[in-house]
Amino acid sequence: MDVFGSFALLLAFVCAVYALLGGIAAIRTRHPLLVKSARQAGLATCGLIFVATGSLVYLFFSDSYWVAYVVAHSNRDLSTFYKVAALWSGQEGSLLFWSFLLAIYVFSVLIAYRNKNGELMPYVGVVLAGVQIFFLTLNNFVASPFKVLATPGANGALDIFTRADGNGLNPLLQYPEMVIHPPNLYSGYTGFTIPFAFALGALLARYPGEKWIHLTRKWTMVAWCFQTVGILLGAHWAYAVLGWGGYWGWDPVENASLLPWLTGTAFLHSVMMQEKRGMMKVWNVWLVILTFMLCITGTMLTRSGVVSSVHAFAQSSIGNWFLGFLALIFVVCFAAYLKNRDYLKSENQLDSMISRESSFLFNNLILLVSCVAVLSGTLFPVFSEWLSGSRISVGKPFFDKVNIPLGLILLFLTGVGPLLAWRKTSAESLKRNFGWPLLTGLAAGAVLFVLGVREFYSVVCLILCVFVTATISMEFFRGARVIRTRSGASYLSSAVDLTMRNTRRYGGYIVHMGMVLIFVGLAGAAFNLDVQKEMQVGSSMQIGRYNLLLQSMDSKPEKNYTAQRMIVEVMRDGRPMMMLYPERRFFPANQESGTMVAIYSTLREDLYVVYAGQSPENEAPVIHAYLNPLVKWIWLGGVVVVLGTIVTLLPNRRAVLALSGAQQPAVAHPLAQSLAPSVTLREGHD
Amino acid sequence: MQKRVKFGVGIGVIVAAMAALAWLGYGESKTYYHTIAELQTLQGAARSHRLRVGGTVEPGSIRRLSGRVDFVLQGEGKSLPVSYVGSDPLPDTFVDNSQALVEGSLARNGSFVAEQVQAKCASKYEAAPSAAPPSGSADAASGSAQRSTM
Repeated sequence: MDVFGSFALLLAFVCAVYALLGGIAAIRTRHPLLVKSARQAGLATCGLIFVATGSLVYLFFSDSYWVAYVVAHSNRDLSTFYKVAALWSGQEGSLLFWSFLLAIYVFSVLIAYRNKNGELMPYVGVVLAGVQIFFLTLNNFVASPFKVLATPGANGALDIFTRADGNGLNPLLQYPEMVIHPPNLYSGYTGFTIPFAFALGALLARYPGEKWIHLTRKWTMVAWCFQTVGILLGAHWAYAVLGWGGYWGWDPVENASLLPWLTGTAFLHSVMMQEKRGMMKVWNVWLVILTFMLCITGTMLTRSGVVSSVHAFAQSSIGNWFLGFLALIFVVCFAAYLKNRDYLKSENQLDSMISRESSFLFNNLILLVSCVAVLSGTLFPVFSEWLSGSRISVGKPFFDKVNIPLGLILLFLTGVGPLLAWRKTSAESLKRNFGWPLLTGLAAGAVLFVLGVREFYSVVCLILCVFVTATISMEFFRGARVIRTRSGASYLSSAVDLTMRNTRRYGGYIVHMGMVLIFVGLAGAAFNLDVQKEMQVGSSMQIGRYNLLLQSMDSKPEKNYTAQRMIVEVMRDGRPMMMLYPERRFFPANQESGTMVAIYSTLREDLYVVYAGQSPENEAPVIHAYLNPLVKWIWLGGVVVVLGTIVTLLPNRRAVLALSGAQQPAVAHPLAQSLAPSVTLREGHD
Repeated sequence: MQKRVKFGVGIGVIVAAMAALAWLGYGESKTYYHTIAELQTLQGAARSHRLRVGGTVEPGSIRRLSGRVDFVLQGEGKSLPVSYVGSDPLPDTFVDNSQALVEGSLARNGSFVAEQVQAKCASKYEAAPSAAPPSGSADAASGSAQRSTM
C-alpha cells in the first residue's frame, strides 16, 4: 500500500505538471481540446491525491509499522478515532493533508464551472495547478509520508523491517478537538487558494468587471468560515488541553492562523466597495494575493519551525521551499499586475468621511495594521537577528497593547459601518440610526461602573458590545416591522422572513452578532483569577465563591494510557454543587504524560481545575484552579458566526411573505408583496 | 483634495498611535535570546536584559529545594547553573537530558534565575532505528510551565 500511495502521488505530480503546461498551451492556442485535456488532467491530479491520502489512512488502520510516518504517529492501542487524526499529526502527513483538502476545492471548482466562464477557467486552472505542483513537490520529493523503515543489510542492499508497535500519537493531540481543529484550519488555509486563483486568473485574462468577485464570494465565505472555526477550535483546544487556563498566548503558530484571517476579513469587506462602487480594484487583488501568501506563510511557520527555532527546538529545511514559493507567487503576481494594471482603474472616489466607503476603508486599515503588528511581532526574532545580530522576541504585552485598541475600534465599526449610507450620510440619519443604541450603550456602561467594574478596556468593550447589539437589533426590528405591517405575521417570523430575503445582509449581521459575543468573552479576561495550592486528601482551597475539597485520588488504567485522577468536591457559597475530576494521563507508548482539565462552565464564568503535577519539594499533588469569567461566550459566538455564514450562503428568497402555514395568509396583498422588498432594502443594502 | 487630507490625517493618527503602543509593548516584553556561551561574554546593560537561554539538562543535576529547583544547562561545551523560582510545576517533559528553554535574568554571581521553563524530550525518536524522520518538529511535543507569556 505504501508503494501504491507513493506511486499515486508521483502520478498526481505528473498530471499537475500536465495541467499547468497544457493549460498554458490551451490559453495560447485556444484549442478547445487542449482546454479540455488540461481540465481533465486537473481532475486526475485531484483523484490521485485522494487515492494517495486514502492509502495513508489505510496504512494507519492496518497498523503498518514498517512505514516511518505510521511508526512515529500511531500505535496498536490507539483508538480508531485518533488513527484518523494521526494522519495530520506530523510534517509529512500534514502536507499531504494540505494537498488533499486543496484537491477537494480544486475538484469542486473544476466540476462546478466546467461549462461556464470559458474565458476565465483555463487561467484559473493553470494557477490552481501551479499551487498543486508546489505541494506535490513537497509530498513527493521533500517530505514523503510513505518512507519505509530500512536498514542496510548484507551486501549493501536495504532490508525493510517492521516494528512490533508504533511510538504512539502525541498525548496533547489525543483529544477530540484535535481531530476536527486541523481539518478546519487547513480548509481555511487551502480555501483561500480559490479566490486567489480567480483573482490572478482574472488579472491575467483581463477578465471583465467584477465577475471574479461574484464567482468567488461563496468560496471565500466558506474558506473564511473554516478559518474562523479553526482558530476558535484551536483556542478551545489550547484552553481545554494545555492546562494553562488561557485560550490565546500569541504563540507563533496561533498568530500564523490569525494572519490570513485578518486579511481575509478585510477582503470580504472591501470587495463590497468594488461590487457597489467600482472602487479599490487594485487593493482587492493585492489583498487576496496577500491573504493567500499569508496562508502559505502560516503553513510555513507551522511546518518549518522557522520561528520556534528561536525557542531552540528542532528545525527543518522545508522552510526554504516555502520561501521560494512565496517569492515565486509574488513575482508572478507582480508581473501580472504590471502588465495588466490599466484594467484595474477605479471608477469612483471617496465622497465623504462619514460614509459606508470610509467605514470599509477604516475597517481595512485596522485589520491590516493589526496584521502587520502580529506578523512583525511573530517574525521579530528573525528580523532582529538580521538587523542587529541579536535574536529578540516580543511577548504578550506587545501584542495586547496594539491589538486590544484595534479590536475595539473594529468592534465600533461593526456597529456603525453597516448603517452608514454609501457616498454620504446625513446628520439626520445618523441621529435616527445611532441615537438609541448610543444611549443604551452608555447606560450599560453606567450600570457596569455602579457595579464596580473599573477595567478600562473591558468596560469600553462591553459598552461597545451593547451598542453594536442595539444597532443590529434595531435593523432587524425595523425591517421586521415593515414586513409585519404588510403580512401581520409575528415579529419573529417577520424577522426570519426578512433575513431570508436578503441573506447576505442579514446573515452578515448575524456574523457580526457572533463577533460581538466573542468580544464579550474576551472582555472577561481582565477579571481572571487563579490560585495554586499543594493539596492533601481532605484539604481544601478557595477561589472566588468556590471552595474545592480534595476528597480522594485514584488511578485507573485505560487502553492507551493510565490516568491519575483527583476527586474534587466543589462547593459554591458553602453549598455542595458538584464533583470535578481533573486527571493526569500517562501514555506508556511514548513515555509522555498529559493533563485532562476539569471545567465547570457557565455563562457567567468557568471554574477550571488542573491537576498541575507534584510539588517540587514534597511530591504533594498540586491543584491550579482558575476562575475565568465569560469564556463560554467566545465559543457561543463561534457557533453564531457559523450560523450567520451559512445564512449568507443561502440564496435570497423573493417576495414570499408568510413563513409557515400557521401564519396569517399573506396572499391578500399583492401590492404589498411587490413593494415590500424595496421598502426593506433601505439606503445601503448589504 | 481636502477630503484626501482628512483621510490622510485619520489614517496617520491611527497608524502613529499604534506604532507608539507597539513601541511601549516592545520595551515591556522584549527578550534576548542567547546561547550559553554568549551569555558569559555579555557586558554591562546587556546583562540586565530579560533573557532566554536554551540548552540540555545535565543528567543528575536536577535538585528540588524548597521554593526553587536548581539544575544545570549545557550547550556548546559550556554549562550554566539555573534556579527555577516560578510557582508552576515543571512540565513533565523536563527530565535529565531534555532540551530546556529558560526565561528570566542573570543573577550577580553568573547563575541564571528562571521564571519559566519549557522542555522537550530530546530523544523521542532516537530509539527508533535509523530511517524514522528526525522531526515531528513543531508538533506541540513541548511542554511548558506558564505558557501564558510565551
